[in-house]
Amino acid sequence: MSKKEKTGSAGGNRKSKWYIMRKNILLHWQLYVIIALPLIYLVMFKYIPLVGSQIAFRDYSFSGGIWGSPWVGFKHFERFFQSPDFGKLMWNTISLSLYNIVVTSIPPVILAVALSYAKWKWYGKTVQMVTYMPYFISTVLVVGILQQMLSLTGPINNVIASMGGDKIHFMGDPSLFQTLYVFSGVWQSTGYNAVIYLAAIAAVDPELHEAAIVDGASIWKRILHIDLPSILPTAIILLIMACGKVLTVGYEKVLLLQNDMNLSTSDIISTYVYRVGLNGMQYSFSTAIGLFQSVVSLVMLLLVNWISRRFGETSLF
Amino acid sequence: MAVSYKHIKESRSDVIFHVCNTILLLLCFIIVAVPLLNVLASSLSTPNAVVTGKVGIWPVGWNIDAYIQIFQSRMLLTGYANSILYTVIGTVINIVMTVMAAYPLAIKKFVGRGVFTGLFVFTMIFSAPLIPTYLNIRDLGLIDSMWALVLPGAISVYNMIIARTYFQNSIPEEMMEAAGLDGANDTQILLKLVLPLSKSIIAVLTLYYAVAHWNSYFDPYIYLNSEEKFTLQVVLRNIMSTAKALQEMTDTISTDQSQRAALIEVLKYAIIVFGSLPVILLYPFVQKHFVKGVMIGSLKG
Repeated sequence: MSKKEKTGSAGGNRKSKWYIMRKNILLHWQLYVIIALPLIYLVMFKYIPLVGSQIAFRDYSFSGGIWGSPWVGFKHFERFFQSPDFGKLMWNTISLSLYNIVVTSIPPVILAVALSYAKWKWYGKTVQMVTYMPYFISTVLVVGILQQMLSLTGPINNVIASMGGDKIHFMGDPSLFQTLYVFSGVWQSTGYNAVIYLAAIAAVDPELHEAAIVDGASIWKRILHIDLPSILPTAIILLIMACGKVLTVGYEKVLLLQNDMNLSTSDIISTYVYRVGLNGMQYSFSTAIGLFQSVVSLVMLLLVNWISRRFGETSLF
Repeated sequence: MAVSYKHIKESRSDVIFHVCNTILLLLCFIIVAVPLLNVLASSLSTPNAVVTGKVGIWPVGWNIDAYIQIFQSRMLLTGYANSILYTVIGTVINIVMTVMAAYPLAIKKFVGRGVFTGLFVFTMIFSAPLIPTYLNIRDLGLIDSMWALVLPGAISVYNMIIARTYFQNSIPEEMMEAAGLDGANDTQILLKLVLPLSKSIIAVLTLYYAVAHWNSYFDPYIYLNSEEKFTLQVVLRNIMSTAKALQEMTDTISTDQSQRAALIEVLKYAIIVFGSLPVILLYPFVQKHFVKGVMIGSLKG
């Protein structure tokens, strides 16, 4: 094949580029057949709904459908921005996201470093295996465990009562909702996220550590000057992705933890989209809010990515 | 002298580090393990011990009534069977589709590779809102059918990129080209060369996809209407959040209200154990693969 490429290049650079391209297309036609099904899938289940998002700018009716309902411009967006719920929803969503990012970013780094310096290998392996486990328990069951642990007759309240305190109604207290959400997340995913950092630590050249040991650096210093810098790029990428999700924070768990009593803090944009959309059947209004979420997410992602590329060396793309 | 003094000082700081580190890891272990052990112990204890808070991490007065109730509940067993069915079919579709997308995109001479990759990645960073997605499923006639759960998520772009990266990095290009020169076409190269060399990544992706299917709650919750099609997670949620189902399950055992309330508590614990059992039992065997998967995935970063 390389022989033929050479003959092609004899006819000039531009021509040869097209020649090779055409040749590769013909030679690898089967690849197009193979990828056809995934592409059809992509169009059917990802791009058609994206095109269907135009109902955010229409008044969707069952008779008119997606293409036949009348255009209304930004009416639904305006209604959302002017609605009395808007401020509360934005605050609940953003404060939950930021609280979540701040609290959940650090523990995996600490756990990963601790695991990589475990005194005995079996000890590290055991702790890693156990801390990783909750990640595989479904959200439904994690919320179930939380409810059981914190119920009025549950172990935590029993301990509080035995020490003479008043029982706390954890699940129904609006001021505790965010804390429950965030710390159950720490419990569930610290072990999993630590493994991501462990990979970064394992990739460090061992000679770096050997040289540091010869120079008399303590473990503390090696962590500070070798391990943490090697983790940083991964941490920044995870942070960028987390910032991209600032308005789309977890449907599932919030919905599962939500009840009539904690609605004042647990009602976030995602659950509102679900409630007015699927329960309230206000399709266009719900889509407008959802689209607003997607656009903000995209802008946030690009912005944080740009900042981190501007001031550091790491970026997602 | 100076050197040895320094040496002693350094090693003392390292000793302090190891003591702190060992305690820290022990704390992590306890924080994760104790709630899980408490759930397990409570599910095996007598109702009275559970509601009076006597159960720690070891069962008080062994009692397996709750589990007997679970295995008599049609609702839970149907949910279990459905979840297994959807997970198996869904995962097979996932793997086939993911490989079919990842393989062409891993080949450098595939013209249009950049555009196709872009089409996939775009859906990851900008996705359609809930309602258009729901309407699409409805218009395709998939409401209340298994296909609404296994088709829309047939390819996770993230997993696809992991697979593509693996194909690119672990299978030497010269090898594929040599096979091509020997007259093998791209399909043959995929089936006879690439797939046999990619068993580990396929194992990892199978696990990722299977766990995601098994644990998913929101999709089955919004797309399924008929009770006999519900997945385990939906059934679990219904049972845990509505008193009615639990009342019915404890009807046969006791009629006394306070006794029944205590029974319901034990039953809830047992249901949590029952629901997480398949994943937890498989976990020790597959966790190595998961760790490997995370490592492969993070190569990208």
